[in-house]
Amino acid sequence: MSNIRTMDFDAVIVGGGGAGLRAALQLAESGFKTAVVSKVFPTRSHTVSAQGGITCAIASSDPNDDWRWHMYDTVKGSDYIGDQEAIEYMCSVGPQAVFELDHMGLPFSRTENGRIYQRPFGGQSKDFGKGGQAARTCAAADRTGHALLHTLYQGNLKAGTNFLNEWYAMDLVKNQDGAVVGVTAICIETGEMVYLKAKATVFATGGAGRIYASTTNALINTGDGIGMALRAGFPVQDMEMWQFHPTGIHGAGTLVTEGCRGEGGYLVNKDGERFMERYAPNAKDLAGRDVVARSMILELLEGRGCGPEGDHVYLKLDHLGEKVLNEKLPGILELSRTFAHADPVKEPIPVVPTCHYMMGGIPTNIGGQALRQDKDDKDQIIDGLYACGEAACVSVHGANRLGGNSLLDLVVFGRAAGLAIDKSLREGYETRAASQSDIEAALATVQAIESRTKGEKVADVRKDLQNTMQLYFGVFREGKSMQEGRKKLETLRERVNNVALEDTSKAFNTARIEALELTNLLEVAEATAIAAEQRTESRGAHAREDFTERDDENWLCHTMYYPAEKGIRKRAVNFSPTTVDTFEPMVRTY
Amino acid sequence: MKVSVYRYNPEADRKPYMQDYTLDLPEGKDLMVLDVLNLLKEQDATLSYRRSCREGVCGSDGMNINGRNGLACITPLSQALNGKSSLVVRPLPGLPVVRDLVIDMSLFYQQYEKIKPYLQNDEPAPAIERLQSPEDRAKLDGLYECILCACCSTSCPSFWWNPERFVGPAGLLQAYRFLADSRDTATDERLAELDDPFSVFRCRGIMNCVNVCPKGLNPTRAIGHIRSMLLKNAT
Repeated sequence: MSNIRTMDFDAVIVGGGGAGLRAALQLAESGFKTAVVSKVFPTRSHTVSAQGGITCAIASSDPNDDWRWHMYDTVKGSDYIGDQEAIEYMCSVGPQAVFELDHMGLPFSRTENGRIYQRPFGGQSKDFGKGGQAARTCAAADRTGHALLHTLYQGNLKAGTNFLNEWYAMDLVKNQDGAVVGVTAICIETGEMVYLKAKATVFATGGAGRIYASTTNALINTGDGIGMALRAGFPVQDMEMWQFHPTGIHGAGTLVTEGCRGEGGYLVNKDGERFMERYAPNAKDLAGRDVVARSMILELLEGRGCGPEGDHVYLKLDHLGEKVLNEKLPGILELSRTFAHADPVKEPIPVVPTCHYMMGGIPTNIGGQALRQDKDDKDQIIDGLYACGEAACVSVHGANRLGGNSLLDLVVFGRAAGLAIDKSLREGYETRAASQSDIEAALATVQAIESRTKGEKVADVRKDLQNTMQLYFGVFREGKSMQEGRKKLETLRERVNNVALEDTSKAFNTARIEALELTNLLEVAEATAIAAEQRTESRGAHAREDFTERDDENWLCHTMYYPAEKGIRKRAVNFSPTTVDTFEPMVRTY
Repeated sequence: MKVSVYRYNPEADRKPYMQDYTLDLPEGKDLMVLDVLNLLKEQDATLSYRRSCREGVCGSDGMNINGRNGLACITPLSQALNGKSSLVVRPLPGLPVVRDLVIDMSLFYQQYEKIKPYLQNDEPAPAIERLQSPEDRAKLDGLYECILCACCSTSCPSFWWNPERFVGPAGLLQAYRFLADSRDTATDERLAELDDPFSVFRCRGIMNCVNVCPKGLNPTRAIGHIRSMLLKNAT
């Protein structure tokens, strides 16, 4: 493939979800030539599916609310491997970022005095865990993600951002110094391949829940940014940490917001028992998501599951009454009627823990700059590469994310990345141009796929990969079984390297895109598997049957997975917030 | 089951055609139409369509299913068939086809952009949110939930005839969403830009939009409100 066309930008943002659009807005308003590359029209991004809300101490529900309490909850929720400086930044800047969303037009639900409505969510407390349940999640009914994503897209229309919609980024382009200088991308509609040259490349590519067979994630969540980073030789952090959301609709995987339990819904087993009272006597159904998900699985394993197969539990909402449900949870009524054939006004929703969120990702500093470690394990900035949102690991979620913190993460750190790039470009950041061979190196993945005329079907390999991850790297994990899973992934790598395109046409060829996505799914799966096997403890979402306790002596740290060695190195957690005292690790109970 | 799908690949086909597939359905489960397409794509990877959230909130997979516009991911097969034995899937009507079930939505998006779908307020922003009463907020219900799937506008004969000049139900629903927002101060400018024979008044009250909206929204009612505001302004 000889000379492809070059398009030149100051910044290229890969991903048109909440994080990408927030970063783009910051840059477009500052006048830099910015492009958002999105494989779907931006409002089709997965942010649209977020339901319950955006957690932030805006002091509406409780005028005395304090961002430090939110910080305490988030550190505790992370099982103490969230970086405290980043969490401090998110919780303290959060209110400003949320008010900006209101000014931009986000249709938040309201309280009687006209302020933004806030509902209780899991893991929330007042007064550093001592003041009982808080209500800190700002909501637009149960469609907060939809409202947020559309508002941000609208804000970008107003600001005049350039959009490359239905373009798919394939690989990072690195120059002779190893700095990132853009990406190769394909226009899905025409099939044309282009080099998008940029001084700053931002990965806001979201999650990768599609590595699992059962997930709340959209079909497009294939970890493209993670895959590209790993193929470029860059590390990823805490990839063993996957959140299983307690309430995915049984059989369909569709998400049912934690806001249901925030509004007073609760889980019951086949005996009608409200079993969370046994596992988390204080917070009950609003304990951390990892705690609730594990409790549910234990109920199933001990034979108290519902239905003929005993493979789910029920989420009961009918006692809240039709009026409350219509007003506060209208989207859930729709989803449950459609996907569970259950009307929550009259009957409970069958639910089961379902893969939901990737706490790990591309390690970054607060300004979104991607990091790796030097030989003395010191952080080193990767020139030209930024990440924000679910694709990044800044890390505010550590080993377990609190509900409502993902939307806050993406607006706060999308904004922060925009600000950092703005500063860097104003200071005159320049790099050496990519050579022809640098660009060609970033076309190798697609060329390999195109060159094979015989091989396996993408759909078959993808299905086996998803089943492997589900079976060996689910809610509970065990060393031997994970080793078996890793062997299967080695075979799967060979199979991925042997898939052939059944369609080589150019115009809107989704078969080609799915083949490229499969290469990313594999990279994410392998990083997950290796990091999970290496972390010999149980912490947050990572629960091992052979190492059931948290081991602060050895594992109060991040894992950094390096693709060249296929191994991990440890990275220190930040315990140095700038304006408050450090939150020391404690036993985590709810 | 027989599934008949509209096929067109601009590189290979001189004109579009309907391709018939036979599909063995898993028993005891009412699939969604999107599940059916996904099964077809496992058989035949050359079939192209858009999809993302698979739960009816992203608006990617609007298409014409047994003669009716809808989202494939939340249309159960039983409902689509409604007693018939075969499924017929075509792209949304009225806009150019890029390939198979994928349409070119440029005109649809242009009409959306034309109404300035963003909040405008010329007063300086307060240090907190702009206050809004629950009653004023309730005026946005049934408007802000639009997912831009284009099921409505592509079912509207007025939009088929004048896609460049008639804003169409989706765009007008959003126009009213901002007219109705107590935080927006650009009401007069917004109305002035809609005040011509085509933008709003090409709506003939056919109500196909209301009939097909997968989110149960009512663009015709919103258009009625805009008409009233325009008429009130004119007197």
